[in-house]
Amino acid sequence: MTNKSFSSWYKSGSPWVWLNAGAVSISLVMVVGLLLLIAVRGLSHFWPADVMALSYQEPGGEAITLIGEAIDTEEVSALRLKSTGVDLPEGQASAQRHLLKVGNRDYFGLDFRWVNGPWMGEISYPTDIVAIERREWGNFYGYLTQVKQQHEVVADGDNAWQELQTRLIRSNDLVAQAKKIEKKDIGEINHGLEQLRLEQRRLQLAGVPEGAIQYQEIEQERKQWDVRYSDLQQKLFDLNTALNRDQIMVRMSDGREVEIPLAKIVEVIKPNAMSVWDKLGFYGHAVWKFVSGEPREANTEGGIFPAIFGTVMMVMIMAVLVTPFGVIAAVYLKEYATQGPIIRLIRIAVNNLAGVPSIVYGVFGLGFFVYFIGGNIDDLFFSAKLPAPTFGTPGLMWASLTLAILTVPVVIVATEEGLSRIPRAIREGSLALGATKAETLWRTVLPMAAPAMMTGLILAVARAAGEVAPLMMVGVVKLAPALAVDTIAPYLHLDRQFMHLGFHIYDVGFQSPNVEAARPLVYATALLLVLIIIVLNLAAISIRNRLRENFKASES
Amino acid sequence: MVEESMSTSVLPATDSAVAIRRRAWREFKDRLAKYGVAMGGMSVIFAIVLIFFYLLYVVFPLFYGADIEQHAEFNLESQNVQHLTLNEYNDIGSMLTMQGKVRFFNANNGQTILEPRLPVPAESTITSFSKGASSTGVFAYGLNDGRVLVFKQDYKISYPQGNTRKITPIISYPMGEDALVLDSQAQPLTLLSVQSNDEQTTLVGLTQDKRLVLKRFEREQDFMDEELFTIKQKTAEILLDNRDTQTHLQLDIDQRELYVVNDKGFISYFDISNSDAPRLIQKIKAVPSGIDITALEFLTGGISILAGRSDGQIDQWFPVRDDNNNYTLHNVRSFNNQTAPITTIAPEYSRKGFLALDTSGQLGVYHTTAHRTLLIEPLVEPGHALMAISPRANGLITMTDDGQTKLAYIDNEHPEVSWHSLWEKVWYESRDKPEYIWQSSSASNDFEPKFSLSPLTFGTLKAAFYAMMVAVPLAIMGAIYAAYFMSPRMRTIVKPTIEIMEALPTVILGFLAGLWLAPLVEGNLPGVFSIMIMMPIMIVLTAWAWTKLPATLKERIPDGWEAAILIPVVIAVGVLSMLASPTLELWLFDGNMPKWLTDMGIGFDQRNSLVVGMVMGFAVIPTIFSITEDAIFGVPKHLTIGSLALGATPWQTLTRVVLLTASPGIFSAVMIGLGRAVGETMIVLMATGNTPIMDFNIFEGFRALSANIAVEMPEAEVASTHYRVLFLAALVLFMATFIFNTIAEVVRQRLRNKYSSL
Repeated sequence: MTNKSFSSWYKSGSPWVWLNAGAVSISLVMVVGLLLLIAVRGLSHFWPADVMALSYQEPGGEAITLIGEAIDTEEVSALRLKSTGVDLPEGQASAQRHLLKVGNRDYFGLDFRWVNGPWMGEISYPTDIVAIERREWGNFYGYLTQVKQQHEVVADGDNAWQELQTRLIRSNDLVAQAKKIEKKDIGEINHGLEQLRLEQRRLQLAGVPEGAIQYQEIEQERKQWDVRYSDLQQKLFDLNTALNRDQIMVRMSDGREVEIPLAKIVEVIKPNAMSVWDKLGFYGHAVWKFVSGEPREANTEGGIFPAIFGTVMMVMIMAVLVTPFGVIAAVYLKEYATQGPIIRLIRIAVNNLAGVPSIVYGVFGLGFFVYFIGGNIDDLFFSAKLPAPTFGTPGLMWASLTLAILTVPVVIVATEEGLSRIPRAIREGSLALGATKAETLWRTVLPMAAPAMMTGLILAVARAAGEVAPLMMVGVVKLAPALAVDTIAPYLHLDRQFMHLGFHIYDVGFQSPNVEAARPLVYATALLLVLIIIVLNLAAISIRNRLRENFKASES
Repeated sequence: MVEESMSTSVLPATDSAVAIRRRAWREFKDRLAKYGVAMGGMSVIFAIVLIFFYLLYVVFPLFYGADIEQHAEFNLESQNVQHLTLNEYNDIGSMLTMQGKVRFFNANNGQTILEPRLPVPAESTITSFSKGASSTGVFAYGLNDGRVLVFKQDYKISYPQGNTRKITPIISYPMGEDALVLDSQAQPLTLLSVQSNDEQTTLVGLTQDKRLVLKRFEREQDFMDEELFTIKQKTAEILLDNRDTQTHLQLDIDQRELYVVNDKGFISYFDISNSDAPRLIQKIKAVPSGIDITALEFLTGGISILAGRSDGQIDQWFPVRDDNNNYTLHNVRSFNNQTAPITTIAPEYSRKGFLALDTSGQLGVYHTTAHRTLLIEPLVEPGHALMAISPRANGLITMTDDGQTKLAYIDNEHPEVSWHSLWEKVWYESRDKPEYIWQSSSASNDFEPKFSLSPLTFGTLKAAFYAMMVAVPLAIMGAIYAAYFMSPRMRTIVKPTIEIMEALPTVILGFLAGLWLAPLVEGNLPGVFSIMIMMPIMIVLTAWAWTKLPATLKERIPDGWEAAILIPVVIAVGVLSMLASPTLELWLFDGNMPKWLTDMGIGFDQRNSLVVGMVMGFAVIPTIFSITEDAIFGVPKHLTIGSLALGATPWQTLTRVVLLTASPGIFSAVMIGLGRAVGETMIVLMATGNTPIMDFNIFEGFRALSANIAVEMPEAEVASTHYRVLFLAALVLFMATFIFNTIAEVVRQRLRNKYSSL
């Protein structure tokens, strides 16, 4: 009975419908799961997790104490454990294994350590454990014992924490000052000296004889710069001396007591002593530091501001380039060109170019823009600087142009679609009232198609923001020495290389020496990039939907 | 009436000067806009088309043949010239005579620059001559008393006046100015071969009484003092068959191998790496009877020998290792574009190419790896002639026996590339058999670049295949459901989700694939397969169970929400499979499936095609989904309504009416998805090991064309062969995707026309 009804149910095709439905469910679960994965891993990066102290005894060894954050836990089969030297009691098929971030890379060699569940002893969360974010060598976990000035103890015991806070503010202030001098003031001097060198080279190229008055003027100026430079050097030296004044003593999990200069410390917290509200406050602070800070330690720590800035700059320049050209091309194809087989062919070609692999655009950009056009620009305008290339090397401008070519089909297709949705009656009405074709376009058609263009532009921007492969060839670097915008004329440096969120993910995730430590940061970066792209896409979708509603209204 | 309204209008009258001027101005603006837009539009389209032509423009020089251009011709008074050389800048030539004379001359007009005197002992005469590998500049004269004079030719470059280059030829004596004793019995040396480097020098000579004598000088450096060294001598003797007359003797640059050729066309191959005990490895008849070997040279690198024959053919031979680790000589490839006996072969210094001159005066330009004949052209008068190529392979000097000398420039930028070397199996030096290999660069100087695009194209197709295996069923089935069965409210959720899925940057997918999914899959391999098997079973079982539910419960959830009901099932199957994975692994695969697979002879990499297939499938699903959904949704409603009215079930209507009508659209969706999978870069770059192997094993990685470009392009030297081959790879990708997309687009356009006519 059941069997028969099953076969008739099967014949009705119903299981197939369900299987089709299952395909949708699988897709949905994958998308949502993926976004959740990125979100959870990315967001948890900033949370000041409790630091545990646990006693750990390997068979045959002495019990040691480990201090660290629990990162991950996995269930491992007895067989695999056996291959690593762990024998489980008979009958137990698997055991847990925990990944502990123990920090103190300069003393322990590795930030991370796997600990096997069966060997773990008592776990506690002492409130006086400090987690120190350092400028080098990653985090440090231990117990604060003393604060020193010029290696003399000034505070210990309970006072040490208070004393450390005030002194840390001072040292961070000094670090900021030193950084400003290094980046801004010395950068200006270098720029000035470079200008002088170029001026001199230009004179040489122009054939001005040696010893001419111009050379002496340059020499004079150079001396002025040199004087300023030595002033700054002195200032920097003073700052550094002041910075080296304070130290702290910290006791590590293995009982060793080590000295850390305050100059190397970014921040110190006592995570186990923090309340949830404290932690939330710290979380916000950490997120802000992440989006506004500079990267440290080969990009595996610190913030990603330069990457955000680089992405935004590149996308903005690209948008400025792509909008007019895309719109003009679409208007030409739709409104002016005689519709025939050639235009149909062109339309198919344009459509297809949206499907051409982005790496091909990268190859084209490198060969045509960078080496061909860039090389010629250098020969014509920057010959004094040769053989060091100015535009004949990957840079912001070429990256933007390459992505503009890559995304122009998107804008063309979207704009054309918008134009074709505008009812004939509106166009004809305008023409009947005596407007010329150009006036009709400018006053009625284009304003009505504006949302479509906007959609196209947003989609183009979203695509450009996520594209990495072509950028690897035409201008992205893992660490740009300077932003593309600064206080030195001409303020916007299109020839500079830049950092990019997508490339940052690739670089930190796959090229960095300490992938394990950098992974949370990559997730956080990925989350930021995904958020930007989702927001842009949702905007495009909602604009498009509203557009459709509008036309439905005007058609009826 | 009209007139009246005009006259009362606030506007100026139509025929007034103001109005006319204004009309003219508007007309001008209109025309300006027209031409401006046309110009702008066409230039944008031109810029897009430019991509294709620019790629073609960069790739094209790869397929040019060689070109030769005669630059100077003059007569050099001399007799008995044995050897010619040409320097790096094509401006100084040198010649060596059998009288022991060396003369450096201006290669453009023949004026003598330097005529150094060699310390040939006065009491002896020269009976033989040998040159070492061209890059070392070493030469030797064999004397009639069994002694040998070794000397070296070099050029010193100085810049005495700023930017003008001055080249001074020098002759030096690496083994001292005194002749070295090679044959202790002081017999005249009829044939000689020499190789010399900083560590050791080897001499091999054939004496008049047909003994092959070998002598090696090893220089042993003192560790304490750089100036101090001792020279150790080793000698050996080989008796050859008395009936043969040996014609050629060649030592390789590493002084490990010796080739002897006799007048019956036999090549004898000796291993002399142990100079105390030379070993005959093989004696092989290299030419048919009646044909002689007329020239013998090493290709650069000292692995292959080139044998020029009296019928104009040139054979390349190199030792090949068999399964028992024995080496035998193989005739790897032959060139038979010349017909007269080959007199001189001049190998290039740094590439695996060579020039050959025959007695009819024809010059052939060849490349071995690419098996390519780049040029056959008459160059000199028929007869015997000498030839030398410059180290940069862009200059050539020839001299006939009567002293007529010609300097010619060669334009031969990219001989390494041919259809054969790009797409077919190539037998590379030191390889056991012809293979497909991509290995574009190496630290060594005389490296044979291996530019086979086959393994890369194979990698691309492999990635695309596994991605499509994942994407096509999910996307098409999902699209069918979304277009045909899903409730409109659910569509408003699903469609934007899929669109966002499409927009996800591939760098993020690649990162997750490489750093999250790959280790996860490796650790839970049985779980992954259990998901694949259990998922459809559980879905069907759920559906069956659903029919058994009481009607009141069923009615709460309207039709078209099946997908929502299945979401918990999908999650549960996934989670349970993953949880059960270690247990399954213990039961079925001895607790470690990757190891089990390796034991079974199936290679396993952590970053493998399975991971790529899953993630790239994920990336391609939305593309296929959207287009398929459009196609199915666009099927005119009266068709489905008609079918349903005739009593067909929805599923019958779907399979018999809707899918048939929409099949061209689904086809084009698959094509576009394929195009996307083929061109995808970041996922394959990050989620595979990027090793260019040709193996369809799902558990191993590959190297795709796109990832290869991304990895190697930044390091390729501009305009080098490598650079252009990478452009060719880009062009291949461009063409492939363009063809896929065009087919898809044409099919879709037709479908649209069909729908509108229905």
